[in-house]
Amino acid sequence: MAVIQDVHGHTHDHPTGIMRWLTTTNHKDIGTLYLCFSLAMLFVGGFLAMGIRAELFMPGIQILEPEVFNSFTTLHGLIMVFGAVMPAWVGFANWQIPLMIGAPDMAFARLNNWSFWLLPIAALLLITSFFVPGGAAAGGWTFYPPLSTQGGMGTDMMLFAVHVFGMSSIMGSINIITTILNMRAPGMTLMKMPMFVWSWLITAYLLVLVMPVLAGAVTMVLTDRNFGTSFFNAAGGGDPVMFQHIFWFFGHPEVYIMILPAFGVVSEVITTFSRKPLFGYTSMVYAIAAIALLSCFVWAHHMFTVGMPVTGQLFFMYATMLIAVPTGVKVFNWTATMWRGSLTFETPMLFSIGFIVLFVIGGFSGVVCAIVPIDVQVQDTYYVIAHFHYVLVSGALFALFSGAYYWLPKWTGHMYNETLGKWHFWLSMIFFNVAFFVQHFLGLAGMPRRIPDYALQFADFNMISSIGAFGFGLTQLLFVYIVIKCVRGGEKAADKTWEGAHTLEWTHLPSPAPYHSFETPPVVK
Amino acid sequence: MTKTSNIDILKKLLIFSVVMFGFGYALVPIYKKFCEVTGIYELERPDTVSKKIKVDITREINLQLDANIRGLPWKFKPLQSHIRLHPGKLTEVMYEISNESEEPQIGQAIPSYSPKNLERYLKKVECFCFSQQELGGKETKQLPVRFLIDPEMPDDIHTATISYTFFKVKAN
Repeated sequence: MAVIQDVHGHTHDHPTGIMRWLTTTNHKDIGTLYLCFSLAMLFVGGFLAMGIRAELFMPGIQILEPEVFNSFTTLHGLIMVFGAVMPAWVGFANWQIPLMIGAPDMAFARLNNWSFWLLPIAALLLITSFFVPGGAAAGGWTFYPPLSTQGGMGTDMMLFAVHVFGMSSIMGSINIITTILNMRAPGMTLMKMPMFVWSWLITAYLLVLVMPVLAGAVTMVLTDRNFGTSFFNAAGGGDPVMFQHIFWFFGHPEVYIMILPAFGVVSEVITTFSRKPLFGYTSMVYAIAAIALLSCFVWAHHMFTVGMPVTGQLFFMYATMLIAVPTGVKVFNWTATMWRGSLTFETPMLFSIGFIVLFVIGGFSGVVCAIVPIDVQVQDTYYVIAHFHYVLVSGALFALFSGAYYWLPKWTGHMYNETLGKWHFWLSMIFFNVAFFVQHFLGLAGMPRRIPDYALQFADFNMISSIGAFGFGLTQLLFVYIVIKCVRGGEKAADKTWEGAHTLEWTHLPSPAPYHSFETPPVVK
Repeated sequence: MTKTSNIDILKKLLIFSVVMFGFGYALVPIYKKFCEVTGIYELERPDTVSKKIKVDITREINLQLDANIRGLPWKFKPLQSHIRLHPGKLTEVMYEISNESEEPQIGQAIPSYSPKNLERYLKKVECFCFSQQELGGKETKQLPVRFLIDPEMPDDIHTATISYTFFKVKAN
């Protein structure tokens, strides 16, 4: 995908074909690998989602046996979180961070190659676990014991896959932190960095903070299963509730790990297409840092119903609601950036505005879930499903699309098809809401999650939701078509494709960005 | 901006990751300690009984006793299936465990109470569940539980159940 164009005229010994991709240490190649991998995983996870929605299209058991259905929901969650969203953001980081801070490459090029090539191994473990005796893990993506301390070989494979994904993430984050701290162009002070770089710096710190804790929890489950320890086994004096505490100590920061880079991309796109500087840059940086810090003290809001003193519930309720404050700061700043800007609505801007509108809906339903008495009602219902798909699909995924359309001209040197891009946005927007808005009603009416069959009164909303989901799934094929078409050719993109763009990759580099860029660092005033 | 400073950051972050991995494990004792200090998790500790507690002879509680076994070749039963008692009166009930196999084995009893929140009013001064129990091959033991029910217990509770389950403790 990356175009080899050596502007400096000296020759390098590049392996070609498959060996180029296996051995590459170039940040652009690795970024491309990450992005292609996560797009493939999006379709694997999407296939599982289609299976889930097909089964839920009508009451009764039609397509998937209950055990297989449970495997589908479990693996859908794991693949989307660890296989699609997280690697996609690391892909963006690989491509964009060196370009945006004026660095020639990532700090540890070989480590970068390793962090990527761990991913296909983990993905293979997850996918092949469907075909081992006993089937894939079926205890939910959060793998709570006792379900995860039982189960067959598929569960071991899943746990090991999570380990490998985690290792890759930690290595990637160390690389990103070092690159940002050490390799900025002269004059690029921390407070002059583009917002996307800031969001990734904080995300990477969160990753090295919580990923090892997940690794600890996974190791404990594995030794409980295979070596007779009793961390979570009540029969041996362990405590399954403790797993939930350790898991969510990782799990809650994890949801911010998936959304903070989205905030970064949206900040870039909104400024570019509003042709105005970002409103409240400093407050944006502090807001991201505040969200990251607060995210480490709210984990037990996932566990209000497992048994907790009222004092604990109140603490976690108030702490959770507090996160709405810095998040609100960000939303107000984006709106203020657009205020009186000369707006144009190209596809990246459409996806970013769609992001703001729908993410706010997801944020509000999050505040609703944070209220203990309401959470007791909606825990493990479709209301929660609707909430986190609003923040992860119309949040993280829409921001990924926005970023992809925004930077595709820089990456490939060609313009994508604007008409098809707009079609992609509007179809995604409509089908997404058809699929997920009704799930709020299902949840409030009491439909539990992770079940293949349901009571008759839920039938109509489920059918609507399934139709929306099928439409949303098919629409994403359009994205693949647009990307392939853009890589293959199309109108030549200008060096500064977007009139309002102001970051280094637009002002200092040609389109497509050369294979080696910023070997002499630019000077930032 | 030299290569060594990159390596320095790498080292620091790697050490930090390892520390956080250890922190994941440290959460286990921290969690246990937290539950102990806040009183969420005092199943294995005798309660202190205030001398001021008076026997309330106007009330009588029907207390049912239950016993279960998980993963042990033992027999476990209460010597009386239920008793009636006044709140505030120190009472003793007996349980019997017997090992049906030839092997010596260790078990740990975990209590469970009904109705909800009974543990706030059930004050146990002695219980076989406070420690692990070892039985030799074919051995039988009678074990006491000494307790009283706090007269503060809400008036609408007339029947309560104490249940114990013996779990196998794996020999190391």
